[in-house]
Amino acid sequence: MKKPYFISDYVSIWKNTLSLNGETLFNCSQETSFKDFSKSLYKHIDMNYPKFYKMDNLSKLALLATEALFKNKNFNPEEENIALTLSNKSGSLDTDLKHQDSIADETNFFPSPAVFVYTLANICLGEISIKYKLQTENAFFVSESFQPDFITVYAEQLLQTGKAKKVLCGWVEYTDDNYEAFIYLVDEEGTLEHRSETLKKLYLE
Amino acid sequence: MENLKHELKTKIIEALNLEDIAIEDISDDDPLFGDGLGLDSIDALELIVLMDKDYGIKLTDPKEGKTIFQSINTMAAYITEHRSK
Amino acid sequence: MREVYINDSNCITPLGFDVQANFDALLEGKSGIVKSTDFHKAVYVSKIDEQLLNKSFAEIGDPSAYTKLEKMLILTLKPLVSEYSISKDTPLIVSTTKGNIDELHHTNPRRILLHEVAQAVTDFFGLTQQAIVISNACVSGLLSVAVAKRMIQAGVYEGALVVAGDIISEFVLSGFHSFQAISDTPCRPYDESRKGITLGEAAAAVYISTVKSKNPTQAVKISGDGAINDANHISGPSRTGEGLYKSILAALEEAAVDVTAVDFISAHGTATHYNDEMEAIAFNRASLEHVPLNSLKGYYGHTLGASGLLETIISIESAFRNVLIPSVGYETSGISQPLNIIKNNQQKDIKYFLKTASGFGGCNTAVLFEKIA
Repeated sequence: MKKPYFISDYVSIWKNTLSLNGETLFNCSQETSFKDFSKSLYKHIDMNYPKFYKMDNLSKLALLATEALFKNKNFNPEEENIALTLSNKSGSLDTDLKHQDSIADETNFFPSPAVFVYTLANICLGEISIKYKLQTENAFFVSESFQPDFITVYAEQLLQTGKAKKVLCGWVEYTDDNYEAFIYLVDEEGTLEHRSETLKKLYLE
Repeated sequence: MENLKHELKTKIIEALNLEDIAIEDISDDDPLFGDGLGLDSIDALELIVLMDKDYGIKLTDPKEGKTIFQSINTMAAYITEHRSK
Repeated sequence: MREVYINDSNCITPLGFDVQANFDALLEGKSGIVKSTDFHKAVYVSKIDEQLLNKSFAEIGDPSAYTKLEKMLILTLKPLVSEYSISKDTPLIVSTTKGNIDELHHTNPRRILLHEVAQAVTDFFGLTQQAIVISNACVSGLLSVAVAKRMIQAGVYEGALVVAGDIISEFVLSGFHSFQAISDTPCRPYDESRKGITLGEAAAAVYISTVKSKNPTQAVKISGDGAINDANHISGPSRTGEGLYKSILAALEEAAVDVTAVDFISAHGTATHYNDEMEAIAFNRASLEHVPLNSLKGYYGHTLGASGLLETIISIESAFRNVLIPSVGYETSGISQPLNIIKNNQQKDIKYFLKTASGFGGCNTAVLFEKIA
């Protein structure tokens, strides 16, 4: 018999709004850029993590969503063996373009290590791992759209085989000031069944 | 020299995204790494790029960087002596 | 739990366009690394000759319709798809760190998104499922093997095609230059004179399934795996090798194999100061310091998203021939803890071997394989 798993909490960030378990927690006026929105949100959820400002947009987005979700839990993430499986469509394209700009001109060729390091989408997993001290299973997937059929199977396999106790899953996409994060925690406890159909519904909410 | 130090602080804050730090927060002899500004290995590499881009100084030995980037004072002194732009 | 096997493999590298040619070249000590002036700075790289690639590709498709990377991926997969008369709904897992990144500077870059590269491969073979791309820095190739195995064990797939590839680009070279991580000589993993990485390009493919190969001299069982993050720094590996150590333990535990049974290790060995040192610490913590070990980066350079899968395939060949390939470029230890680094071709009966990889973002992967005789 397979154990049942649940979506214990979910967070979405898009259009200058953060919501937790379907309820709006924070929003800014529609005119705000991601730079300003992310800064206001960072202050609103009281992160106090100066490294945040050094991150690329994708990592900021992933970290803000994760922080909002973990703040709502009364556990210490470090002690919970929480695996990370995030995915998106554009990889690290936003940062790729910045790095490309720095090497476009042969006579003004100054690639920045602090930009280059973020030209890998999985760096956002590294940032989450560092912030919450998660020495756990990590994987970053890329697909044209959110693939709950695949991700639910992968997450449950990590849980069923004891490779993780909980799995933080989701979709984090950033391009050209358009952003979308949908992050959820798969756990043994909760009210929403961990099923692909449920996730499709929540993702569209 | 004072102008250069001021310029360096501005550039460092910008280049290293030290959002919560103001120019007044950095003393000329504060250690930049470790307990001081808490800069890390990527910041050190970024400072190497800054030296090249803005002052025409090429540093290839990371150990060399360690002594030059001790503080604003050591950086300014090194730049004054070696700059080519 | 279902048992999962790598049944067959293929690779395309500067040393050859199939596994046999590659392994024969390695036995002769050939390296693909040469000095190139194709980039902003003259640099050592292990690069695939595009004319040769186009010539081979022309036998199966139109070379002008695909990018270099896509041709490498398709050409590598082709014999596996033909051999196994793969059903069209077989899932495809594609491992790449940067895809067609050399197109980014064009006004109209071709298929710059990673899933578009995967789609080009999917369409070429007429596969019907949407491919999954794994882009997890330098562990991608090895992680793909673990992911395919996990999905098969979960019961949703019977088999999966896995293909991995990356190309050398100004984009990646310039970035590693800014990290002062590019060696000005061909890279020398674990050696005291090592100065950093050499980049390489390659593609590699495997067919993974629950059915043992028709040819029993080709199947290895994927016995256990782990892919655990250091949670230490995004560009610097952990000083204690924590993530790699834990990944190795997870792989051994799942396989229920004692550490003393490991016959050989195909390590990551990028030849950066910190990576090789971190590995030495992790292998010592896992009591693997006496096990013969190599890095293949001295032959192929660091082929990024391809490396984990390419090195797995070469190690499978090593296991079947019972031959250990030396870690080229290594003479004098430049790590603080002992490792049994292979210096000459040698015969050894190999049953269990461990493949590891580590990368930016603090990621690590270890997979234990068992030769099925």
